[in-house]
Amino acid sequence: MPAVTETREAVETLSQSTYKWGFETDIEMEIAPKGLSEDTIRFISARKGEPEWLLEWRLKAYRAWCEMEPPLWAKPHHPPIDFQDAHYFAEPKKKPGPKSLEEVDPELLRTYEKLGIPLHEQALLAGVEVPEGEEARMPVAVDAVFDSVSVVTTFRKTLEEAGVIFCPISDAVKEHPELVQRYLGSVVPAGDNFYAALNSAVFTDGSFVYVPKGVRCPMELSTYFRINARNTGQFERTLIICEDGASVSYLEGCTAPQRDENQLHAAVVELVATDDASIKYSTVQNWYPGDAEGNGGIYNFVTKRGACRGARSKISWTQVETGSAITWKYPSCILAGEGSVGEFYSVAVTNNHQQADTGTKMIHLAPNTRSTIIAKTISAGRSDSTYRGLVRMMPKARGARNFTQCDSLLIGDQCGAHTVPYIENRNMTARIEHEATTSKISEDQLFYCRSRGLSEEDAVGLIVNGFCKDVLKELPMEFAVEAQKLLQISLEGSVG
Amino acid sequence: MTMTDFLTVTNLRARIDDNGTPKEILRGLDLEIPPGEVHAIMGPNGSGKSTLSYVLSGREEYEVTEGSVRFKGQDLLALEPDERAALGVFLAFQAPVELPGVNNANFLRTAVNAVRRARGEAELDAVGFLKAVRAETKRLHMSDEMLKRQVNVGFSGGEKKRNEVLQMRMLAPSLAILDETDSGLDIDALRIVADGVNSLRGPDFSALVITHHQRLLDYIHPDRVHVMAQGRIIHSGGPEVAHELEAKGYARYLQAAA
Amino acid sequence: MNAITTLQAPALERFIARARGDVSVLRGDLPTRAVEAWHYTSLRDVAKVPFEDAPDADFEAARALIDAHFPADLNMARAVFVNGRFTPDLSTGLEAFDIAAFSPGSGAMARPERDAIAGINAALAQDGLTLRVPQDVDAGRLALISVDVGQGRFSTHPRHRIVLEDGAALSLLDLNFGSGAYLSNPVFEIVVGDRARLTHAKVQDEDCEAFHLALVYADVATRGLYDSFTLTMGAALSRHEVHAGLLGGHATVHVNAAQLLDGDRHADLTSVITHGNPDCVSRQTVKNVLLDTSHGVFQGKIYVDRIAQKTDGYQMNQALLLSDRAQIDSKPELEIYADDVRCSHGATVGALDEEQLFYLQSRGIPRDDARAMLVRAFLTDAIALIEDEGMHTLLDAAVDAWWARRS
Repeated sequence: MPAVTETREAVETLSQSTYKWGFETDIEMEIAPKGLSEDTIRFISARKGEPEWLLEWRLKAYRAWCEMEPPLWAKPHHPPIDFQDAHYFAEPKKKPGPKSLEEVDPELLRTYEKLGIPLHEQALLAGVEVPEGEEARMPVAVDAVFDSVSVVTTFRKTLEEAGVIFCPISDAVKEHPELVQRYLGSVVPAGDNFYAALNSAVFTDGSFVYVPKGVRCPMELSTYFRINARNTGQFERTLIICEDGASVSYLEGCTAPQRDENQLHAAVVELVATDDASIKYSTVQNWYPGDAEGNGGIYNFVTKRGACRGARSKISWTQVETGSAITWKYPSCILAGEGSVGEFYSVAVTNNHQQADTGTKMIHLAPNTRSTIIAKTISAGRSDSTYRGLVRMMPKARGARNFTQCDSLLIGDQCGAHTVPYIENRNMTARIEHEATTSKISEDQLFYCRSRGLSEEDAVGLIVNGFCKDVLKELPMEFAVEAQKLLQISLEGSVG
Repeated sequence: MTMTDFLTVTNLRARIDDNGTPKEILRGLDLEIPPGEVHAIMGPNGSGKSTLSYVLSGREEYEVTEGSVRFKGQDLLALEPDERAALGVFLAFQAPVELPGVNNANFLRTAVNAVRRARGEAELDAVGFLKAVRAETKRLHMSDEMLKRQVNVGFSGGEKKRNEVLQMRMLAPSLAILDETDSGLDIDALRIVADGVNSLRGPDFSALVITHHQRLLDYIHPDRVHVMAQGRIIHSGGPEVAHELEAKGYARYLQAAA
Repeated sequence: MNAITTLQAPALERFIARARGDVSVLRGDLPTRAVEAWHYTSLRDVAKVPFEDAPDADFEAARALIDAHFPADLNMARAVFVNGRFTPDLSTGLEAFDIAAFSPGSGAMARPERDAIAGINAALAQDGLTLRVPQDVDAGRLALISVDVGQGRFSTHPRHRIVLEDGAALSLLDLNFGSGAYLSNPVFEIVVGDRARLTHAKVQDEDCEAFHLALVYADVATRGLYDSFTLTMGAALSRHEVHAGLLGGHATVHVNAAQLLDGDRHADLTSVITHGNPDCVSRQTVKNVLLDTSHGVFQGKIYVDRIAQKTDGYQMNQALLLSDRAQIDSKPELEIYADDVRCSHGATVGALDEEQLFYLQSRGIPRDDARAMLVRAFLTDAIALIEDEGMHTLLDAAVDAWWARRS
């Protein structure tokens, strides 16, 4: 039997058992009543003890959202979402007070342990978790967000000593209101698009990072998002500010339990880099994708945007997207500082009935700005994956450069892979190069690997990893290994 | 230094924009080449040899901040690259540029006639051009097929050099600048280049041979050899300088100049 | 022959009656930029066209325009349409062709519900070339000349139908020019039978105040070839839109084009190539040369159906910006549902290569000549793609004339 036929048949037998993060945590929750109204927003704001300006900002966003229509231009289709049929606030029950590991519900800690997210600082520092034969890993500071709220942030002390602020955004609102007020919504305005407006109205938590002038953040920062409760949406908001000459590497991971209904995740991420600052933002997105028949799964409608405001600043997005029933996200760079650099490295894997419409926008405003886009799309099963990307050179972008490479790989003949670049140039000295290819896994490569003793699954894994190499090598070590495993698992069952 | 009416470079300073910051490469270079002489410039990497060839032939990216270049009584720096070519300057490129879609014969004919027009000579018609070019390709052992191809596209290293020599002979320059033309060449290709230059030697032809190695100078015998470092000529002498360099390296000249 | 779906005649007739009775219906149908397919091209100015019948043609003016645009030494049969109507007195050599009388609402490929522009044409078409090339006949070359000439705003909506039966061949030179502030809105329905070969070389050199909105629907059967090249130089605003369907195995489609724009012109090349069968080949090379404040648009979609295995699709889109205020918007798109395919597209945008310019100048060629040489070289490989080599010289000459006349 030819490998591809086998592959196809294997896809059809794929069961939901491959999602290894689908367990549910039994924990007492406080949940806002279903539905969305100004009252819901007042409730959220009051629960979080927010200042008046933030409530006003939320309400303004809500009013804007009421006037907006959900976007229809993206490829994925889904039944209309009933925004009144979800909870907009869910919080693990806990005593009020400062967060420390001791106070965190042990059930929660066990959840993160199960997910492989290290929250025990001491254990990590002592190197206890280092398996034999592996090098001791650098500590990573983690902000763990469970449903709507941050449950714990590790290494806050160590970071504070370096001058870095890393905390839940709800804490930042209280402790650093001037920074939050100055930057919140400055990259993604409250009314930017339908889901960004929704997020602005109801966001509950997320991470806040501030790296002051000249500071290189001493460790990787990481946020781990987990949706657990039923019928809840997750609306986190992340804000990262990197001042002159500072740099930070930030990682984001996410999972959710297996459920039959769809859940909405509508996050907003804003990055700001001033002169010579550098932000590296890496995502491994593994929300529950739904089962083999396309039931359940997360609707992942996310707005991520970075502003390179300063000269020679740099923002680099790396994403490995394997989860979610529907993904709709375009991490973007506004290159406003002279000589600033934007990068987008993406691997998107879809299987079964998943749909992904993802890509980037590179808006070149200033002279000598540069951007690189490397997007790898892998479609299997009955899934549909679209790369959608915009490169725009504005009149002042003299000498700007863009290089784009989009490659799609199809596994089986029931899936789709699409490439939709928008290339707009208004400056004759700007140069844009774009390349795209679509192909299937080569029978020759498969046969070659198998004739050298590899199982078909291993061979496909090897080839897919090779196909994604240019992107995976951009991930921090911490994530690269996880991402590779994830690729293999996501395609599990799509081969022998 | 005596002023002749051929090539005189005086206190030449030039810089290039290096990602927003100007970088000075030529730092007060003096050079004089009388008519009919072949001069060699040798120097370590980064000494500014290629920059000199580009500045002399008129590349835009280099900004001349000081100094002058007189050629045949004219201010060379005030001229466009094509005007310099018409006046008799020919740059043999280190890496000849590929011109996809441009037919080699058509390119050569356009160039020859543009130069002839500028020099007040009659243009060559198709037949006259073909005759002239055939004579040259035969001499260079080039196939006619090379004329039908796109300029330098898919040419081997040797073919590119032949093509440069063909252009040089067809354009009949009075000053040829060879910019490290020998880099990466085998002996045969080296001979093609050397024969090309030697065939033009005479009272109305001068050459500036920029090279890293003594090797090319075994085939083109220079009248004078200049040693270049840090954007200036730090030593000049007869052909023996090349041999000394080959034997002992640049160190002693660099020390003496420091 | 391949089957063509027929539109139910009553529906079409109802549409035509409604639209002819009230042209504001048509204007209301014009897509806005909110429609994805019209994102880069605004029809705001076109909406001002009254959609009024073209005036009676000034015969002598038309003849003078033809003499200026059509090389006198070109030995080619010609079918001339002046202001949208067939003009036998200016046409020659048509005896050898199988041309039928025009019937309104003929054909069903350019359906009103498919596209508003097709709808306008369907409603207002009064004439068009209805040509059939019989089985296994090579009909040679034919020039289709469309001249629009007159005062004030008017519009013409010719509807051509060209059918090549199995094994037939034709080389069509499609020339468009005129004088005045008119809207030219031609629609082509093209059927290429099994093993049949059609070359369609178009030159659009309309008046600088005119609009030109062309639609081509081409269906290609097994082993057939639709080989098209569109050279766009004229009109204030124009769009050439091609919908090519590969309806039989091993069929081939070429949708190549060059847009040479100066002044404030806007030109849009939009294509949808549908691979509906296995083993088909599509090729697309589109070049833009943009001067002054011109605006070039390219939108090209390759759609590969689930059954279209072994599809070989290639798309290349390049733009040369020769002015600081020129603009290019480009959207090459792949929509692929079959796994055993080889599809790729590439796009480059930039100015002339300074290194190449310097090389040419260093060989004595003055800067403007060097620019011309590089622009011609840029266009050469696109023109060379036309299968009927006789067309190359013609299009080369048109490009040279354009470069010489540009201000």
